[in-house]
Amino acid sequence: MDTNYAIELKNVTKRFGEVVANDSVDLSLKKGEILAILGENGSGKTTLMNMISGIYFPDEGHIFVNGQEVTIRSPKDSFDLGIGMIHQHFKLVPIFTAAENIVLGLPAEKGQGMSRVEADVQALVDRYGFDMNPARKIYDMSVSQKQTVEIVKVLYRGAEILILDEPTAVLTPQETERLFQVLKNMRDDGKSIIIITHKLNEVMEISDRVAVLRKGKYIGTVKTSEATIPSLTEMMVGEKVSLNIDRSEPVNSELRLEMKGVSCRNKEGTVTLNKASFAARSGEILGVAGISGSGQKELLESIAGLQHMEEGEIWYYPPGGEPQALHSLSVTEIRNLGVRLSFVPEDRLGMGLVGSMDITNNMMLRSYRNGKGLVTDRKTPEQLARTIIEELEVVTPGVTTPVRRLSGGNVQKVLVGREISSNPTVLMVAYPVRGLDINYSYTIYNLLNKQKENGAAVICVGEDLDVLLELCDRILVLQGGRVAGTVDARSATKEQLGLMMTGTIGKEEAVNEP
Amino acid sequence: MNLILTFIQKAIGQGIAILFGASGEILIEKSGNLNLGIPGIMYMGGVSGLMGAFFYENSVENPNGFVGLLIAFAMALVVSALGGLIYAFLTISLRANQNVVGLALTTFGTGFGNFFGGSLSKLAGGVGQISVKTTGEAFRTTIPVLSEIPVIGPLLFSYGFLTYLSIILAFAITWFLTKTRKGLNLRAVGESPATADAAGINVTRYKYSATIIGAAIAGLGGLYYVMDYLGGTWIENGFGDRGWLAIALVIMALWNARSAIWGSILFGALYILYIYVPGLSRAMQEVFKMFPYLVTIIVLVFTSRRNKPENQPPASLGTSYFREER
Repeated sequence: MDTNYAIELKNVTKRFGEVVANDSVDLSLKKGEILAILGENGSGKTTLMNMISGIYFPDEGHIFVNGQEVTIRSPKDSFDLGIGMIHQHFKLVPIFTAAENIVLGLPAEKGQGMSRVEADVQALVDRYGFDMNPARKIYDMSVSQKQTVEIVKVLYRGAEILILDEPTAVLTPQETERLFQVLKNMRDDGKSIIIITHKLNEVMEISDRVAVLRKGKYIGTVKTSEATIPSLTEMMVGEKVSLNIDRSEPVNSELRLEMKGVSCRNKEGTVTLNKASFAARSGEILGVAGISGSGQKELLESIAGLQHMEEGEIWYYPPGGEPQALHSLSVTEIRNLGVRLSFVPEDRLGMGLVGSMDITNNMMLRSYRNGKGLVTDRKTPEQLARTIIEELEVVTPGVTTPVRRLSGGNVQKVLVGREISSNPTVLMVAYPVRGLDINYSYTIYNLLNKQKENGAAVICVGEDLDVLLELCDRILVLQGGRVAGTVDARSATKEQLGLMMTGTIGKEEAVNEP
Repeated sequence: MNLILTFIQKAIGQGIAILFGASGEILIEKSGNLNLGIPGIMYMGGVSGLMGAFFYENSVENPNGFVGLLIAFAMALVVSALGGLIYAFLTISLRANQNVVGLALTTFGTGFGNFFGGSLSKLAGGVGQISVKTTGEAFRTTIPVLSEIPVIGPLLFSYGFLTYLSIILAFAITWFLTKTRKGLNLRAVGESPATADAAGINVTRYKYSATIIGAAIAGLGGLYYVMDYLGGTWIENGFGDRGWLAIALVIMALWNARSAIWGSILFGALYILYIYVPGLSRAMQEVFKMFPYLVTIIVLVFTSRRNKPENQPPASLGTSYFREER
């Protein structure tokens, strides 16, 4: 075997029941390079890496590290080979300090108390220019600091090979930039790095080579310098995906929902939504942009009746009916009016779906009241579950599989599909394509467009500005809990939105509001 | 003055059994296992120690107290560790529901204790006839000279060695959990087994070790009750609900064995307070017996209001860990 390779995989296969997560995958990581692993959701990227880090054991195939064939049975075996993985969901103990998390599982050297460990960690932090306090508890840290702890942890353990599973999914652009700088420093230091991602622009920016997986199969590895975004997309999805999202002109648009001066506070007493006002119209998609935590969640939740409002009013104008004051109605009453919320949180299961229940039962969460007498109606939800599986191409062994066992993208399809199935008049979706690849994302965009054409007022909170600009009719920008302004999505530019989101422009509008 | 002294002595006497149980349970819960079998395991520890001493004293002509003590001590450790092993195998290897297994173990252990306790009584000639006086005396041996000092003597030095062992163990467990690397690993297993696993910690081994060692420690509480408190005899169901008090004490001590020391004395005091308050009706006595649980509830209310993450139960308490779960 070639010792220029830090890791080589040959014919690695892993199955979960009947689903083949990895189908004889070959992969190689050169020493001192950054290799991006690109693939759709459910293409087996994370599973593959979990086999290198000892979480899963491959059913077939061979793994070589530094030219030697190895057997990795546990994470400890993986550490011993100098491999460190930074998981998508951080594996940290919240009540421990950073330093305690970093030395977890390591044998203590003689006389090495916690203060010595903290000093050692601090030295490492200073060397790579991280921003982290070793004595700080994890529960006091921001997401990017937690990620820093994870990276320092593997460095502390002397890892020469680092694997990062979608590291930028939870970071702001500035934090991403800093992370990439650190990764480049580490590569220049001789470390070999694998970065799992589905963001093409990041692949282009950070990696030396790109390996592509599709539906568990290895498609190929290309040099980043010789690749283009369209060529990578084609490798990833297997077919040419049109980069244009269809957008129809709104028809018969009328006022459907109006928010007037709504303010909210969180448990700590911080203002999360500050006198927000806007209007949503039928037959259009209203995008909501903002840096994460600018009040998006509170905005949607106060409409759905889930959020305690300090002040303000929310009016709903049903088609051909009397206006209704949503702020004085209960959650169920609001839902029955046809105002539906589908929120996709970071972990995808946190809101709206019960992981251990199957798809049918998750459908029933919305319809269990519809039974006759004491008995719930199971037929209709099961029918609905089958329709969603079929129409949205959910990959699942059957309707009785617990949702937790589906891959992220499929979970999301179930979640969004359920809300759309009720033909809402106001459909609110938050991060509907979070973590989804291009193909799945398009399915969701089409679903939203169809709702719009059916005359629903769609409110879509999103992360990707390019998507918002192509998908929506108007875009509302939130900045620090206040509405920085609303722009026409057809004429606005990304730069304009970015400036409004960061509060560079748009303050005047807020001040000038009556 | 004398009454207060006696009260404190008796409170400590009551508390030690509970302290053993709580210390053992703290160790177990820190590994993420909620072992509700502790009351049963304490019965098992008590009766097996008694059996060991009984058969030893009956088989030799001039029993030596110290040998009887060693045999009883070893028997209690081994049998209660076996109780812990049953629990560990069912919940860790077979991933059975921890609450169900724990409650079953308590029912089993209580029956085990009463069955063998009753059998011993029968062998000895009748209820209350069983006595392992020599061994009992050995367990009750106090520190010479020091225990003669007025006031301080009876207050601090008038107890058998198990009392001091329980306090040393409580300090040792706190030290182990907070100051050693293995303790850190064990707490990580109880907080987040997936994290511990990813960090290269053998989750199964830690859980097994903590559950078995914790059960052995808890079993000493039963031994203490039978040998020191009763002086080497068996009373059917005499151990009562001390095992449940031990579990309540874990919560009240906020999973800190060191705090369980004063907590156990407080529980012991509350447990016997009704004897020392004159003129209580039968009904009021029962009300007084509820005090330890009331205190636990009050502590729970306060700690949940303070909402300090460190004072919460281990995050994965009560759940089984399965690595390939997606």
